This record gives sequence, C-alpha cells and structure tokens, in this order.
Amino acid sequence: MSVLDSKVPEGPIKDKWTNHKNNIDVVNPANKRLIDVIVVGTGLAGGSAAASLAEMGYNVKAFCYQDSPRRAHSIAAQGGINAAKNYQNDGDSTYRLFYDTVKGGDYRSREANVYRLAEVSANIIDQCVAQGVPFARDYGGLLDNRSFGGVLVSRTFYAKGQTGQQLLLGAYSAMNRQINKGKIRMHNRHEMMDLVKVDGKARGIIARNLVTGEIERHSAHAVVIATGGYGNVFFLSTNAMGSNVSAAWKIHKKGAFFANPCYTQIHPTCIPRSGDDQAKLTLMSESLRNDGRIWVPGIKEDAIAIREGKKKAIDLPEEDRDYYLERRYPAFGNLVPRDVASRAAKERCDAGFGVNNTGEAVYLDFAAAIQRYGKTEASINGLNTEDEALVIKLGTAVIESKYGNLFQMYEKITDENPYVLPMKIYPAVHYTMGGVWVDYNLMTTVEGCYAAGEANFSEHGANRLGASALMQGLADGYFVLPYTIGNYLAKEIRTGEIPTELPEFAEAEAAVKKQIDFFINNNGTKTVDHFHRRLGKVMWDKVGMSRNAKGLNEAIAEIKQIREEFYKDVRVLGTADSLNPELEKAGRVADFLELGELFAKDALDRNESCGGHFREESVEVGGEQDGEALRDDVNYRYVAAWEYKGEPSDAVLHKEALEFNDIELKQRSYK
Amino acid sequence: MSNSGLVKSSIGRKLVMALSGLFLLVFLLQHLIINLLSVISPTSFNEVSHFMGTNGIIQFAMQPILIGGIVIHYIMGIVLTIQNKKARPIAYIVDNQKANSTWISRNMIFTGLTILAFLVVHFIDFWIPEVVTKFINQDWSGLEDGIEGFRYHHELVGKFSGTRGIVKASVYTIAFTFLGLHLAHGFASTFQSVGFRHGKYTPTLVKIGKAYSVIVPLLFALIVWFHALVSAH
Amino acid sequence: MNLTLKIWRQKDSKAKGAVETYPISDISPDSSFLEMLDVLNESLVLKGIVPVAFDHDCREGICGMCSLYINGEAHGPDRKVTTCQLHMRMFKDGDTITIEPFRSAGFPVVKDLVVDRSAFDKIQQAGGYVSVNTSGNTQDANAIPIPKRDADMAFDAATCIGCGACVATCKNGSAMLFVSAKVSQFSLLPQGKVEADRRALNMVGKMDELGFGNCTNTGACEVECPKGISLDNIARMNSDFLKASIISEEK
Repeated sequence: MSVLDSKVPEGPIKDKWTNHKNNIDVVNPANKRLIDVIVVGTGLAGGSAAASLAEMGYNVKAFCYQDSPRRAHSIAAQGGINAAKNYQNDGDSTYRLFYDTVKGGDYRSREANVYRLAEVSANIIDQCVAQGVPFARDYGGLLDNRSFGGVLVSRTFYAKGQTGQQLLLGAYSAMNRQINKGKIRMHNRHEMMDLVKVDGKARGIIARNLVTGEIERHSAHAVVIATGGYGNVFFLSTNAMGSNVSAAWKIHKKGAFFANPCYTQIHPTCIPRSGDDQAKLTLMSESLRNDGRIWVPGIKEDAIAIREGKKKAIDLPEEDRDYYLERRYPAFGNLVPRDVASRAAKERCDAGFGVNNTGEAVYLDFAAAIQRYGKTEASINGLNTEDEALVIKLGTAVIESKYGNLFQMYEKITDENPYVLPMKIYPAVHYTMGGVWVDYNLMTTVEGCYAAGEANFSEHGANRLGASALMQGLADGYFVLPYTIGNYLAKEIRTGEIPTELPEFAEAEAAVKKQIDFFINNNGTKTVDHFHRRLGKVMWDKVGMSRNAKGLNEAIAEIKQIREEFYKDVRVLGTADSLNPELEKAGRVADFLELGELFAKDALDRNESCGGHFREESVEVGGEQDGEALRDDVNYRYVAAWEYKGEPSDAVLHKEALEFNDIELKQRSYK
Repeated sequence: MSNSGLVKSSIGRKLVMALSGLFLLVFLLQHLIINLLSVISPTSFNEVSHFMGTNGIIQFAMQPILIGGIVIHYIMGIVLTIQNKKARPIAYIVDNQKANSTWISRNMIFTGLTILAFLVVHFIDFWIPEVVTKFINQDWSGLEDGIEGFRYHHELVGKFSGTRGIVKASVYTIAFTFLGLHLAHGFASTFQSVGFRHGKYTPTLVKIGKAYSVIVPLLFALIVWFHALVSAH
Repeated sequence: MNLTLKIWRQKDSKAKGAVETYPISDISPDSSFLEMLDVLNESLVLKGIVPVAFDHDCREGICGMCSLYINGEAHGPDRKVTTCQLHMRMFKDGDTITIEPFRSAGFPVVKDLVVDRSAFDKIQQAGGYVSVNTSGNTQDANAIPIPKRDADMAFDAATCIGCGACVATCKNGSAMLFVSAKVSQFSLLPQGKVEADRRALNMVGKMDELGFGNCTNTGACEVECPKGISLDNIARMNSDFLKASIISEEK
C-alpha cells in the first residue's frame, strides 16, 4: 500500500462530506482561544480561511507579501465563479457540476474532493451575497449567469469582468472584521522563508519583514499554506509579478509531497507577446468566447500577407476564414475547454496560419455577435433591422455593456480597437493544477501543515474548467478547511503556546539568514531576471503546451545547468536589512529553478496525454478523434506525489491510485 | 469605535462651509435686489434701505447672523486649508493639476481671501459711516440736511461720482470677478457637500450655479458702473 | 525611444530623498511604463547601482499595487489606467519624465517610489464589511431581489482598487473618494444597510484620525481614478454620514 493515505471517508459519495463533518472533532470555544493558526497568503483561499478560522475563535496570524491582503492575485480573476444553483432551470445539479469538473479535469482528480466542491458551491454564492458582493443581476433583481468553456449549462455567477476582485474584496472585508476584533493579526509585506517543524509537526514559520529585512519567528499549532500557483516558473505568465512557489516549495523541502507539478493550464485567450522586454502576459477572460468566434485565415498566403501588414482581418471574406474550433469541435465549438482551445491555436500557428508579426496569434472576432445583438436590439426597439450602421451601433453597445472593461484593457495594451478589428489572442500560462499533495482534510504529508486553493493539487485533475478556481479557493477557505482542521487541533488543546526559542526555530532562522547573506555577497555578473528569463524559455519551449521525451530530458539537463550558473553568477545589489525587491526575486527564482526540474521530471514520467499535459507520444490515431490527446488509464490513473530527497532529480515518486466509483471513465470528447 | 463629533469631523466641517455658503448665496441675492432698486427706482431704494437700516430685527438679529455667517465661512475655510496643507507635507516637484481640475476649484481660498479684502474696502466705504451715523451720532432718521426724502440714494451716487468713482467702480468690478469665480465652484459644491446629488436634478443645479455665478456679479458690476457713469452726471 | 528619467530616490523612510537623473535609450513605444523601469533596473544592476524600488504586482490594472506620480499626475498622463497599464506610446521620443512617489501625510515613503498605504487597510478595518459569519446558508442568494440599478451602482463603487491615486492627486490629500466607494457599495445593498450608520461614522472617523485632508470638490480624484469611481459616491457618503450623525442615535 502507498504511503499516501487520502483519508477519503467511507460511504456513498453524496454522503461522504456530511458524514465526515458530523464526525469531525469540535474544539470548544474556550480552547480555541488557546490555539494559534498561521495562514500564509491572503487570496481567496487564504483570506477566507483566515476570516473563518478567526470567526470560529482561533487566533490567526496571517501573512502576505503584498502591502495589503486585498492585493493577492485572486483579484485578477475575471470571468466568474461556478455554483450548482440551477437558477436558470437548465437542469444543473450538484452531480452535473461534479461530473463536468471530473470530466473537464480529464479524470485525474480525486472524485470525493470534487463532489464536496460541487456540494458546497451553492453555499459560496449565498455567503458572498450576504457579505455584500455585488454580483451581476437581471432586471428582476435576481442573480444573472453566463456559461463557460467545457459545460453545457449556465452556472457561472459574475461581476462584469472583475469577479475575482469582488470575491476577494468580500473575503478581505471578512478578514477586516476579524482584524478589527483583534482575532487576526495581519502581517503585510512579510514573506514566508521556511516552515518550522517540531517533533514532526508544523509548528511555525520563519518570515522576513520585507520593509526592514528583519527575520522573524512565528509559532502556531498549525500552518496553512494558501500561496497560489507556480505559473511564474515560465517567467511569462498571467500571474502577478510576485506570484511564487516559495512557500509551497519550502514545505515540500520539509516533507510535504508535491503532486502533479506538470499539470499546468495554458489559457487560450491572452494578449499575444509584443516584444522582448515584456514582463507579463495579460489574460482576456474566457467569457469572451461566449460571443467571440476564433479563426485564422484558411489560406496560408493570406496569413503571410496579414503578418506582413499587407492585408487586414476584415479584408478576408467569410469563405477564406477557418473557424477551426467550430470545424473541429462542432458540439462545443468556441466553448471547448481551455487545454483543447490552446492546443488547437498552437497547432494552427505552428502550421503557419498565425496572424501577427511573431506568427503567434489567432483572431477572436466579435463582428458576428455585434450583428446578432444589434439586430435583436433594433427589433426590440422597433427600429430598422436592415440599417447596417444602426445595427452595428446597437450591437457594439451590447458588447460594451458585457465586456467593456476587457475591451478597454485590450485597446490600452495593443492600441487597436477590438470593436472594429478582431482581437488577436494567443495561449499563455495561467494556472497550475498541480501543487502540494493533500488528503481529504487538506492536510499535507507534514502533520499540522495544510494547503488550500491553487497551492494544493486536488480538485482540477489535469485541467481546470473556467470559473472553477474561484469556487475551489473559497470552498477550501470558507467551508472545508475551517472544519477539517478541527480534527487535528482538537488534539492540540493541551499543548500550550509554542515557544519560538526552540532550537528548531533557531536552526531554520540560521539557514534562512545564510541564504540571504549568500545572495547579497555573491557579487556575480548577471541579474536575477536574466536567469528567470532563461528558465522560462526552456520551460515554454520544452515543457510547454506540447511535450516529448527528448525535449523533457533536455529541459532537465538545461534547468540544472541554469541553476548552477545562477548560484555562481547571480548579482543582488542592496542590503539585507531594507526593502530589497532584487533579493526577494532571487529567493523566488532559486525555488523556481528547482521546481522547474521536478516539473519536467514529472512530465517525463507521465507518458500519456491528459488535460493540460500533452505528450506527443500519446495521441489518437485514425478515426474521428485523430490527433486528439490519448489518455492511458491503465498505466497512469494515479496522482504523482513527489518526495523531496535533495536534488530534484533524486525526488521519489509515490502514487495515489485514483478510484472512480461514481463516474465512468470515458474519452473526453468535445466533438 | 471612534466617535467622530460632527463638527470635528471633516464632513461636518464641510457641512458648516456649505450651509454658511448657502446662506451667503441667499444674502447676495437679497443684496442684489436692493441694489437693483437703486437703478430702477431711487424712491423704493430709499425706503427699503431705511427699513433695513432701522428695523430692530434686521439690525440686531439678522445683521449679527450675517456677520457670523461670514466669519464662520472664513474661519472654517482657513482652518480647512491649513489642515489640507498638512495632509501633504512634502510637495510634488512636478504637479500637473490643471490636467484634472479647474483653477477655480483649486483656488477657493485665494478667491475667498480676495473677496475678504474687498469686504474690508466695502465696509469702510459703506458700513462704517452707517455705524458712525447710527450708533455714535445716534441719528436714526435717515435724513440729511438739504436732501429731499431719505439720504441713501444720494449718498450712494455721491460715493461713485467723479474720477474717484471710476476708480472705485474698477476695484469693485475686479472684486465681483473674483466673487463670480468663487461662486462658479461654490454654488454646486454646496450641494455636493451636503450630500445632495441626483441623476435628474444635479445637472440642472450645476447649470443654475453657472448662471448664478455669471449673472449676479455681472449685475452688481453693471449697477456700480451705472452709478459711476450715469447717475453721477 | 530615448528618454531622460528624473526619479525620486530615498534610501528608507527616515532618509532625505533627492531626484536622480537617468538617461534611457531604445525603449519600444509598445512596452508598458513598468517594463521601461524593468529595463532601467536591469541596466542599473549591471552598473552596480541599486535598482529603483517601486510597487507593482499584477500588471493588469487590478491589484492596485502600482502607484507612481508621473509628470505631475497619478498613474501618468493616460486616463482610466494604472501605471502598469500606461504605455510608452503616450510619451514622445526625447521626453523628460519625472517620477515621484504618491505624496500624502497618510502615505509615508518606505523607499524610493514605494509608499506605505496601510492607512487604507485601517479605514476598511474600521467598518468596511458586513457583519456576517461564514455559515453558507444565512439566506438563499436570491432571497432578496436587488434592483439592477442599485446592484450596478454598488458594483461600480466596489471596483475601487485601493491604489491611492485619489489621495495622491487631491490637492488636499483627501481620501474621500476611496472611503466613499466602500461606504456607498454597502449602503446601496440591502445586506449593508443594517450597519450603514455605524459604518459611515466609524470609517469617516478613522479617515480623519489618520491625517487625510478635506474634500473641496475639485473633482481631480474622479478624473485620475483608474477605475473612474464617481464623485456621486462622495455625495452619498456625505449624506449617509450626516444622516448618521444628526438623525440616528448611533454614536
């Protein structure tokens, strides 16, 4: 039997969570006051967990590297949040959301966790509305929904293109209420530098005050890591500049297994790269695919002419356009899941049909939607539906009301008007499904150390559906972790306060200081970004949207090489005892350089194509599905959880077999 | 929980500014109407002036309230300005304020103090002689030797006669210009400060404010020039 | 593009800062303002000069972390953008660009262009929430219909990113636009109305206590706000506050 015990409760899937909750130990209120919990990260998962734990009575110490908890990158989520409310009466249910999520994740997620997620999804909406989150409403005053990729119902709740912002500000307000009460002690501009273990249990962290450079010891009875994903291992991604793997990587080094690092979501609709100085890619919400049609020229000469600036998109007649998603996937069309849409875009661009100067862009066109909405509006208002200019004007207004802020953002970045010219988009790294391995209670393989939100691995399998990340973050933070952590903390009521004078703290602190001193005194010749950029290029070229054994082996060697050079030649100016962004970056890139190698190693191990992980060796041959990803359920139906053993290459693989009792494993077809 | 006493709070102080300002807006209108009488009907002007100058309620209740309103408006304005300066102890090296706001809105204290300077002149010119006549010489008759009826219109015309009148009219005009600028921001601002803003009515209020800030000072100026150029000859 | 940058450098909160001049060349007009600063910083490191510290994170205009005063305007010359969304095409080849930190008594400088905006957090902590515990089933989300107009206005107020451009821009260093956005969001929604009086009193009280200036209705904040938060919110907060102080019995 594997060393991994998922602790999934017994019983039928629909009763597991209820039964489990009924049997969880509850800590009495007087004792909760004696228990400290550290929460690192204040995004949707961390923020909601901190607020809920504090409400319950625990003493919470929360940490974020930003200058305010409100700035965590959950804030940038645009499109929406799923919930099985069935307000639209289109047959949605907990089971259907569960089914869509497991299928969308290409049958690589833990069934029981996903069911629980679907189950609590409806509570999230109730909770957020009660907090004053201003979701979009219709004229009847009731909540509105939109649809997202990979599903056939309308279950996505949204607040224009700023859903993540509104939900995060909701969690932030819940935190503020507890900070005001003194139940949360908030540490802004603090970075977790290491986990402290005492007698095998997580007992605290070492943190650096980013303003003063002071290295601080913080103790607690449990530590929750909610520090998001590691997409920035690719250098260019839609993540925030400061998003990092460090907290997750530090606990990994202290014994937490890291699961499925190779499952990365490349989001199909991002603004293409413009130049070499680019530091960040910008996402255009998937919700745009509700109304936008994706296409490239059907004739290669046209694509070349467009790239050279001799032709424009609007010059091409309808019959010379290739709406390749509608062609290849007639059932889902432009609303296929993200991994499928991204690969299809790459396939067309690699074949020479890309439409901007780099050859890496496809069109997302709203002309048809503008026509359609314009005609409806004209008809509603009793106007002439044949008046072309009027129809365009009315249709544009509808599009603007739905996506105005996204269109504005696009225009500011590209200097092109997307109401007139189709948008140009290309896939970019967006979300990481992989993460720290956790059991059903969200506990990692380090006792007392939990991981929530994007930082853990569990719910999305090999591919995440749109509007599910917000759902998972809040489910973990509001409704799962605050309960499941009770099981562990109930045993801690007699422990008393953890003293920070323990030798384990001193040891961890000394190691942190040593690394900082190393960077400050290294006196190399190259910047931190230089190495990060190189790492990103290897990752994108060889561990990106399409992977093969040869490339992965090369990547492993190259990343190791870059890591060695990094330690030899990196230059970090400034001092350790002041605000020093270069020093912060150096520590983060050091961890990315290790994770990157494990990432490639995991991708090499998994010789099947599933979800966001596409191995060129594993594709369907012949028939209707020719060229599509081929999953291998016989050999790879497991979670790959890696144990740290020093060098990434020495990491040991542990397998958690995935059982599917309530869903039949099928080829994931969107045709 | 903090207990922000209304008058100590920023919004409370703004309320005081707004209410005293609103009061002064009304006063200005009243003042203008009486002044207009001096052009249209010197007899009515004299009668109203005598009533205003000798009525107990107006002299001993309304006049102190008016002066109080002016004093409060100024003191509050100065207090707020000092606080506002403290809120930015280090100034910007480059500050392109004209890109986002009007000169008028940013310089209320300047236009306000200019008007204060004018008020001093105006008081010396009109108010102090009245005080001397009524309170020191105890002459409440409103009559003067050699003048038929009340003295007020005659005195007014006298004050604007000759070259001195032209100079004075020019000074008054400059002051009215600043008054107009002050009103151009102050009128609509008053309603914003008391929290009245409405999708349907605010645009109209803003228009009324603009009209008020042009018409009222303009009429004041025209009256002065009428007396300086027409009545005196 | 070739440019001359005049940048405020200050070692820490206690040090006396000064403007340093750096020339920079070969900047693409398509790059963002912060990418231009990245290029500068990489070149500074290679020259052995400590790079310029500035706040930034999401680089898509939503986290509210970036905060520069560029050529005399918060977030620079473009409208409805944050500094990270400002592009170099807004400038001309050969321009001199002055970059300063946001200036306010409430936002002390931490280093170079980085300021401490924790005053904003403190104001939110004073009442920027609805007092509801996490139970998940307080009430079904559709139990109280909310008129679309109110929901939309609440949303528009709630889009504030807390960057502080309003304070930085206001000649009085007033935080009214920021505070009113949160007060408005909740006072427009039935869920927030219950505590509206307390909230208005406490948040305004905290704002005053932290040394922000007074609103003189210049409207500069609304113009420079990257999210276009409306002055309507200030009027709404004024009336909420006055109602709470004069009519309600809440202290």
